[in-house]
Parts: sequence; structure tokens; C-alpha cells
Amino acid sequence: MIPEIGHFALALALALAIVQSVVPMLGAASGNLTWMALARPAARAQCLFVVVAFIALAWCFIANDFSVTYVAANSNSALPLAYRISAVWGAHEGSLLLWVVILALWTVAVSFFSRGLPPAFIARVLSVMGLISIGFLLFMLFTSNPFLRDLPAAADGSDLNPLLQDPGLIIHPPMLYIGYVGFSVAFSFAIAGLIGGHLDSAWARWARPWTIMAWSFLTCGIALGSWWAYYELGWGGWWFWDPVENASFMPWLAGTALIHSLAATEKRDVFKSWTVLLAIAAFSLSLLGTFLVRSGVLTSVHAFATDPARGVFILIFLGLVIGGALTLYAWRGPRTLGGADFELASRETYLLANSVLLSVATATVLLGTLYPLLLDALGGGKISVGPPYFNAVFIPLMSPLLLLLGIGPAVHWKRDRMARVLALLKIPALGTVVILLAAYAMVEPAGRATAMFGLMLAAWVVCATVNAIVQRCRARQQAWLALITLPASFIGQSVAHIGFAVTVIGVTMVSLYDADKHVRMNVGDQTHVNGYDFTFVSARKVAGPNYDATEARFSVAQDGEPLASLAAQKRFYRVRGMAMTEAGIDARLSRDLYIALGEQLEDGAWSVRISVKPFVRLLWLGALMMALGGVIAASDKRFRRARAAVSAGRSDARQSSTAG
Amino acid sequence: MRFAIPFALFAVVVAFLAVGLQRDPRLIPSPLIGKPLPTFELPKLSAPAQRVTAADLVGQVYLINVWASWCVACREEHPLLVELARQQQVPLIGMNYKDERPAARAWLERHGNPYRFSLFDAAGNLGIDLGVYGVPETFLIDARGVIRYKHVGPLSQEIIEKEFLTRVHEYERSSG
Repeated sequence: MIPEIGHFALALALALAIVQSVVPMLGAASGNLTWMALARPAARAQCLFVVVAFIALAWCFIANDFSVTYVAANSNSALPLAYRISAVWGAHEGSLLLWVVILALWTVAVSFFSRGLPPAFIARVLSVMGLISIGFLLFMLFTSNPFLRDLPAAADGSDLNPLLQDPGLIIHPPMLYIGYVGFSVAFSFAIAGLIGGHLDSAWARWARPWTIMAWSFLTCGIALGSWWAYYELGWGGWWFWDPVENASFMPWLAGTALIHSLAATEKRDVFKSWTVLLAIAAFSLSLLGTFLVRSGVLTSVHAFATDPARGVFILIFLGLVIGGALTLYAWRGPRTLGGADFELASRETYLLANSVLLSVATATVLLGTLYPLLLDALGGGKISVGPPYFNAVFIPLMSPLLLLLGIGPAVHWKRDRMARVLALLKIPALGTVVILLAAYAMVEPAGRATAMFGLMLAAWVVCATVNAIVQRCRARQQAWLALITLPASFIGQSVAHIGFAVTVIGVTMVSLYDADKHVRMNVGDQTHVNGYDFTFVSARKVAGPNYDATEARFSVAQDGEPLASLAAQKRFYRVRGMAMTEAGIDARLSRDLYIALGEQLEDGAWSVRISVKPFVRLLWLGALMMALGGVIAASDKRFRRARAAVSAGRSDARQSSTAG
Repeated sequence: MRFAIPFALFAVVVAFLAVGLQRDPRLIPSPLIGKPLPTFELPKLSAPAQRVTAADLVGQVYLINVWASWCVACREEHPLLVELARQQQVPLIGMNYKDERPAARAWLERHGNPYRFSLFDAAGNLGIDLGVYGVPETFLIDARGVIRYKHVGPLSQEIIEKEFLTRVHEYERSSG
């Protein structure tokens, strides 16, 4: 009964989504306020039914209803409750449902926090979001229905993929999806703006907080994914440039360009074409990412062959969304998009350079990701382009970005004197030199040149950002008091920029000074890596709820001082018959000690991977700072004040009309 | 007009896809087939001091397999190569492509080493000369040092037997 309720709720949600997209759009075109007003209630009702469907599916998992095909394929009665719930989005059908739920929640959020916006505009925004929802609901109902039954029911399920049985994977996909889907808001704002012919700085001010919040969630999601790969895959790598990771990285790059371009559009009414194109690109790449990540449809042609309906639907849907948006851009763009002038020495120039660099970076990642997939689709066989390509093209693109990042915030809008900016940047330049001199002695000679280059870029960004904060405070009468009265958007920007530098330090150090050793060890054996002594203390069998494992204990000492005790596991999941490693990690800010258990060898010894990873934590710390910076910036009073001003204006109008 | 450029670009990509998906690029032969192996001088993966040239390899029919430790698809075909090496049907020479020595060695230790030896092509120079456009790729070289066949992507048992081993026997007969 419960699965049928879920199925029925999905169908109702589809009907409501059609109402939500068609009626308000017609209303906005004909100026019919009643029809426009239907957008909000329709969006909220659609959300209600999508959530009902989601709860129904979760219920099937919790109650172990193996008559539902999707549950039988992705759960097991021995699976712990937390994983039974996260298994809802553990495969293709359920992750689509999660996507639709998150889209519905963003839509409802827009419907509530948009009281200051013109009715025609908000009607169009909600209508476009409804159109996206229609696409996904159709896809689910016709090709990927999670509520299909298989009677008689299976005796037990074939378990969740062990790779996904991990606390990190409970929150990673929702975070990522909140980010992906959040870009649909910016996309819908751009489309609504193009249709309505209103793309001005007010439009950018409305779109900014939504876009920044989506970007923050995406940043968190990517960082979580990287962290998960690090401790769960057992190779100690934190980024592999594989299609799944790139799929989330491309919208992030485009989104980063978008939030900067939006800032210029809001402040100076420039780069409207860029902003609109980036909004379309960020969301299109998110759609591509969604299908690449979990569906397995585009990652392999073989999946295409077994179920061509899904692949064809996805290609048509992507074609309609991207093609439709670009057609609209070509048609309405000339009338809506123009821009103010600015001079070469102005902050606009730096933001433009930022957009160009990030767009090129997105394009190179897209090329490196899709080219092997296309080659495979064309019958050329599976190949890897691999890290050499990405490292070769990506680092040269990021280096100038970091250099400009230090300068940009110091430059005035519209027009500035380069001499003034250069004078201002003397202190951070000096600071960078001092930091480099101090670091020189601490960095090991091997690879020192590369390390110094990376550290120089990071130190430059930190010094310039701190300097910008000091300058802002000095401009006020009470410098220390000024620190807490600075605008939230400026504080957020600074935190995010410093976070970026922190990530760069982490990447530089761990890439260059990662010490890694493969050894065969028996219980009692000792090995040395980078001044740490690792002793294999014991190995014992442990049984988990749905797996059997060997747990190896290691003790670590430095200069004879005991430092830590690590436990690494080799798990064998009974139902799927898959072996998984659980790395043993001792984490400090300055280094991680990392132990992963390999195979047991014939003579009873184990192959063990031991690594010392300097500053690897900074990678994720920096990402969290970027996300936090985004949240702080999105909370800026200016965004709310603008809305309050508009709504105040509207209530004035109402009062005067009632008075009249 | 400039506002139509993004759409035009998108349309071109879609058109290429639509046409491309209906064609079989395997029908286009590699320009290198029938040509002699490009000259090179590369160190061995296991012994940096020992250098190997194209001339050293002349006189036998053998396979060159391009691999890397960062290549996921290589892991897929690797058990087949290990098995092929065990049967000793044809000498197998590895070409370790754009890799790092410790990572490559660890990879062989972990997955088994089917190669007589591996050339260490860190800069990818031989890769460029051979027209390698992704990893893995496998080449068949005859006893006179001429490239006779090339396969892009991971090998399967069927491809090894039908495409490679039949040719290997053929060229061994003609040279012997």
C-alpha cells in the first residue's frame, strides 16, 4: 500500500508541476495577476506531494519491503537503520527522487523569501523551476520509477553497495544535490529575466544570495566527497580527476565565475551577458553532473545499450534545457543585455579576467571528462586521459587566478589609478617575501622550487586579503570597532579567499611531500616512514552487522615516544561479496598518519600501505572556509534591505491606492 | 548577432554528436600501421641506468602495452596480460606512460608484472611518436620492427586471441 501511495503522490506532483509552470507563465505574459498568483500555492502543493513520495520510499526501506524492486536491489535486512535510510538515494531511481525533493524545497524557499519581487518576475521564476521539475518527474515515472513492485517479494535484499556504507556518504549526496539544484534558482532567475526583459542590478541583487548559498553547499559537498574518497578507497588519494569528481567540479568552477560576475552586475551593471551565460552553464553542468554521478547512464555505453530509453530521454532533456535557454538568450539577449563602461584599471577588469580564467578551466575539465566518454560511445574503447592532462592544464590556469585574486579586491570600481593600487600592494608583497623566507628553511630541498611557488601564491592571497581588511578598517574613525561593522559580504569574501589560499597550501604540501610506503608486515614487525616508527601490534577478526573484518592494530612512535594507536580494517561484505578497506588515520593539522590494509599474503603476512601526509587537512579546512565565507556573504543585510525597500515601496503603493 | 554564438556552438556540438554516434571510427586505420617503430631511447622502469633503444628490440615479434598507474581501465585488462605472460605465447613489453617511478613500481607489485620490462616514458615523448591518445593501448611489432596492429582501450580475451595472437603466429611464421 505504501509504495502505491508514493507512486500516486509522484503522479499528483507531476500534475501540480504542470499547473505551476503553465498557468503563471501565461499569466505573466497576459498580465493576469490571479494566474500569476497561482505559482506560489502550486509550488508548495507540488513540494508536499514530492515529500510524501520521498517519505513513502524511505518507509519501504525502513520496513524492509523487499517486494519493491528498488529496495530489494539496494538494501538488506542486516543493513543498519542509518544506512537503510541513506540507501534511499543509494542508486539511480532514489537519487532522482532526492533531486526532485531538493528542487521542490528550493522552489518553496523561493516562494517564501520573494515577497519583495515583482509578481510577474516571481511567477516566471517559479514557472521555470516547475518546468525543470516536470522533466525530472516524467523521467522518473516513465523510465526510473523507484516504486515498481516485484511479486512475489524477494526473501531478502541484495544489500547496499558497500562503498556507500559510510557516514560520509549519508550526507555527501544531499549536500552535493543541494548545491547542484540550487543553481536552478540562478538559472530560473536568468530565464525569467530574459523573458521579462528585466536584467539590471536589482535582478542581480535578488539572484546573488541564492547563488552564493547554492555554491556554499556545493563546496561542502565536493569537500565531503574528497574526504570520503581519502579514507574509504584505501589509496590515500584525495582527488582523482575521475568523471564523477569532475562532474561536481565543473558546476563549481562555473558557479564560482557566476558569483563573481553577479557581483559586478549588481554593483556596476556590467557583464550581463557573462552572468546570464554562466547561470545557464552552471545549471547545465549540474544537470550533466547529476546524470554522470549516480545514474551510470553516461559513464558507460553499456548502460546505454541495456536501457536506451533512459539515455535518449536524458539527451533530449539536456538538449531542451540547454538549447532552449541558449535560444532564448540569442533571441532576447540583444534587447535585455547591455552594460556600463569601465576602464582598464578597474575592479571590473579583474572580475572579467576571473570569469575568463574560470570559464577556460571549466572548458578544459569538460573536454578531459567528456572526451573519453565520447570516444567510448563512438567505439574507440575505454581510455583514461588521467591526472597528467588535468595537472598540466589546470595549474597554469589557477596560478594567474591567485595572483589576480590578491590585486582585484584592492582596485576601485569603474576607474582607478594603477599607481595607487601598486602603492597599496607594497605591504602584502613584502609580507609574502617574509613568509617565503621563513618557509624556505622549513621546506625540504627536494621539490623546493615548486613548493615555494605554491606557497608564494597562497601567501600573496592571504597577505593581500588581510591588508584589504586593514585598509577598510583604517578608513573608519575607530579602527577596531570597524572590524565588527564591516559589511558581511566583505567579511565573507575575505574568509572565502583566505580559505582558497589554505586549500592551495594543502594541495602544494601534500602533493610534493607525501611519503608513501608499501610493505609486507607480520604481527610484531616494525617499519619507518619519514621519522615515524610503525609497529604492527595485532590482527584479529571482528564481525559487523553485515560484514566480517580483519582489524589490524598499529602503534606509532616518534623518537621512541609513543604517539598514537591506529586501527585499520579489511572488510568483507557478505551479501555483495565485496572487500573494502577502512583506513586507520591519526589526524593533525600538520600531518596525517595513514594506514590501509591490503591483501593477506600466502605466508600470513599482510601487504600494508603506510603514508605520512603533510598538511592534508588544510585541503578540506580551506574548502570549509570557502563555504563559510559564502554563507556569511549571503547573509549580508544589503540583500534583505533591498527586499525590504522594495516591499515597503509596494505597501506604500497599496496604501496610496486604498487612499485613492 | 553575437548573442546567437553560444547557441550556434551548441548546435554544432549536437550535430557532430548526432553524426558521430552513427559512425564507427575503428574503420579508419592508424597511419602508423605498416611503418617502422619510431626510434627512441628510454630507461627501464626497474633500472633507470639501463637504456633501451628501438634497435635493441628487433628480431622478435612482440607486443608493446602502454600503461600507467593512474589509469583505471588498465586495471581492467591487467589480469589478462598476466595470464598471457604466464602462457609465454608472445613477449610483452610495457611502456609506462606519464607516470612516476615509485607509483608505477608499487602498481606492478600490487597487480603483478607481466612485462619482460617496462620502458619509462615520463615525458610522454614516445607516446607522441606512437600517436597514443589515451591509456591503455597495445601495439603488435613484427621481427623487423614494423608496427602491424594497434588496439585502443582495454584488451579482452577475445581481442587478444583473434586480433593479436593470430597475427603473432602469422608474423612469426613469415620471419622464421
